[in-house]
Amino acid sequence: MPGTTPGRRPEAKPAATQPQGKPAVKPSDVIVNEKVEVVQKEEKPVAEKITIGELHLSGCTGCLVTLADNYEGLFKLLDDYADLVYALTLVDVRHVPEMDVCLVEGSCCLNDKISVEELKEAREKSKVLVAYGGCAAYGNITRFCRGGQWNQPGQEAFVPISEVVDVDLYIPSCPPCPQEVRNVAVMAYLLLKGNEEQKNLATAYLTPLMQLAQRGNEACGCDLMYDVINQGLCMGCGTCAGTCPVRAVTMEYGKPNVNRDLCIKCGACYAQCPRSWFNFDVMNNYEGIMDAIKGAMQ
Amino acid sequence: MDVLGNYKSAISARSTDKDILKKSQDGGIITTLFAYALEEGIIDGAIVAGPGDEPWKPEPMVVTTKAELLASAGTRYTISPNLSLIKEATRSYGLDRVGIVGTPCQIQAVRKAQLYPIGMRDVDDKIALALGIFCMENLSYQALEAIVEDHCNQKMESIKKMDIGKGKFTVYTERGAVSQMPLKLIHKYVQPGCNVCLDYVANLADISSGSVGSPDGWSTVFVRSTKGNAVWDGAIAAGCFETKPIDQVKPGLDLVTKLATEKITKNQKNVDARKTVGLKADGTPKGLRNPYESP
Ligand SMILES: Cc1cc2nc3c(=O)[nH]c(=O)nc-3n(C[C@H](O)[C@H](O)[C@H](O)COP(=O)(O)OP(=O)(O)OC[C@H]3O[C@@H](n4cnc5c(N)ncnc54)[C@H](O)[C@@H]3O)c2cc1C
Ligand code: SF4
Ligand code: SF4
Ligand code: SF4
Repeated sequence: MPGTTPGRRPEAKPAATQPQGKPAVKPSDVIVNEKVEVVQKEEKPVAEKITIGELHLSGCTGCLVTLADNYEGLFKLLDDYADLVYALTLVDVRHVPEMDVCLVEGSCCLNDKISVEELKEAREKSKVLVAYGGCAAYGNITRFCRGGQWNQPGQEAFVPISEVVDVDLYIPSCPPCPQEVRNVAVMAYLLLKGNEEQKNLATAYLTPLMQLAQRGNEACGCDLMYDVINQGLCMGCGTCAGTCPVRAVTMEYGKPNVNRDLCIKCGACYAQCPRSWFNFDVMNNYEGIMDAIKGAMQ
Repeated sequence: MDVLGNYKSAISARSTDKDILKKSQDGGIITTLFAYALEEGIIDGAIVAGPGDEPWKPEPMVVTTKAELLASAGTRYTISPNLSLIKEATRSYGLDRVGIVGTPCQIQAVRKAQLYPIGMRDVDDKIALALGIFCMENLSYQALEAIVEDHCNQKMESIKKMDIGKGKFTVYTERGAVSQMPLKLIHKYVQPGCNVCLDYVANLADISSGSVGSPDGWSTVFVRSTKGNAVWDGAIAAGCFETKPIDQVKPGLDLVTKLATEKITKNQKNVDARKTVGLKADGTPKGLRNPYESP
């Protein structure tokens, strides 16, 4: 091929070994050429699975279905990486068990004692508690509840689960995305069972989703104004408009315009916006990470 | 400091397709690569900056033919929110292999959508070719209007081509007039989001291209990813491009490196300055949000 091939740059430290919490400051900080292997071909990873459960609160089951929307990917996850120990209809276990990762679907109804108790129990019994989907993270559509509905007219107080328990990690959107929950499951596996390098990668990957959980439990298309445009950070890429599941965001003269009556408060637009966060340490290694996840799912 | 990102090769190139060169901004790299990828079935369609409802206002568009590609060739120096169609392309348009062109920030958005597909169901493995164009800064449509109509004193609808180069913003009218303004004066019109941008040459694209570094009518090309490499090799084998080694053209990579360093240094300063913009009651500085640290 014509042209010059620049000599391989001196191997920089892999992104994953960057100390956690220290943001990659410059795009040039990290150049990674090697792949992080998720599974060694020879060894059977089966022995070292993590346990995952899904606690179903006030949600529509769309989040649970999303997990299944990984199709054969779900079987692969369950074969090699995770045992599903608790989930509506999928697992015949009545009582909240001990688990490594608990995905909580739905907001918590304060008028329903069992929901509150089960949520607290899930917190107590899991290592990582995930607000899985817009309702658990931000209340989402249940923010608009005002009671008086058949067949529990007395139930009207619904809150994001972080009002009741501490939450480690957010997966926003309504419904969430099958590939995102898959990525989080693989990363959780690497975090809990992986070697040093894999742990570092998983930590770097999961950090922004953990920071989202710290950021608060109110979401709205308005976040694009408050935290992106008002902050002088929007560059008009259109991701927010492409993301919104209810098409509440349109691009007018290069900036998002939110139809606030349509917005269901799922939090997807802000989380997906490259100017909510952009962690160069992970993104610069996109090829390696995508290959690794793909490899893990084969 | 590695401001040019990871790449497998850097080349100076120009399309061999005369129809494309008539419409394209520089060496027609983007349009030619998409045309080749469509032909070969590498992509089923591409998201580009199509014609909009006002002169020089782009509208993101999913295109599936060479004719449509030609109609959307050339640079519009204003925002084209191409990412707004990325999920739509796989859904309403039913594409399994999506091509997309974008500025460095838009390519960053593509990679975030793939690595963290929070609201991007079934998109991650359908991005077949992400082409980046170099970018120093971008303008709102109203800012572009001010530049063309107030500073260059030409009507938007009479402009045939706009170009940035050699320190000048230049417009060429249909009737042959040429008006210019110094690039320095553009700064106040740049959209604020560009002032914290830390990428000049689309480091995360499969292939990225721009005019800087190569002679007029030619483009500088960085072939970056494994995928990009395969597409580039195929396009070369198919005779899509004339090429020259980058170290044999003037001004070459030195200029690209210089501009990239200038942009990133300046904007990194802006990012840092945001940390101490305000003042707390105890006399210590109060900062604005930093997207490179946390959401
Ligand atoms: C705002 C902006 C600033 C730029 N700054 C520089 C610079 O500083 N240095 C440099 O070397 N090059 C810069 N470029 C890139 C350059 O102008 C050419 O776009 C690039 O060289 C590709 O030329 P080509 O002939 O290969 O592409 P063509 O074959 O002409 O195709 C260009 C493609 O880009 C798409 N496009 C046009 N406008 C936009 C837009 N606003 N947003 C997203 N996609 C668009 C078109 O739809 C088309 O598909 C800039 C481009 C833009 C949009
Ligand atoms: S605007 Fe759309 S994506 Fe954003 S929070 Fe509202 S519903 Fe969700
Ligand atoms: S996703 Fe893009 S267009 Fe939307 S707010 Fe963020 S930067 Fe702006
Ligand atoms: S300067 Fe950066 S943020 Fe602005 S349009 Fe170009 S790539 Fe995007």
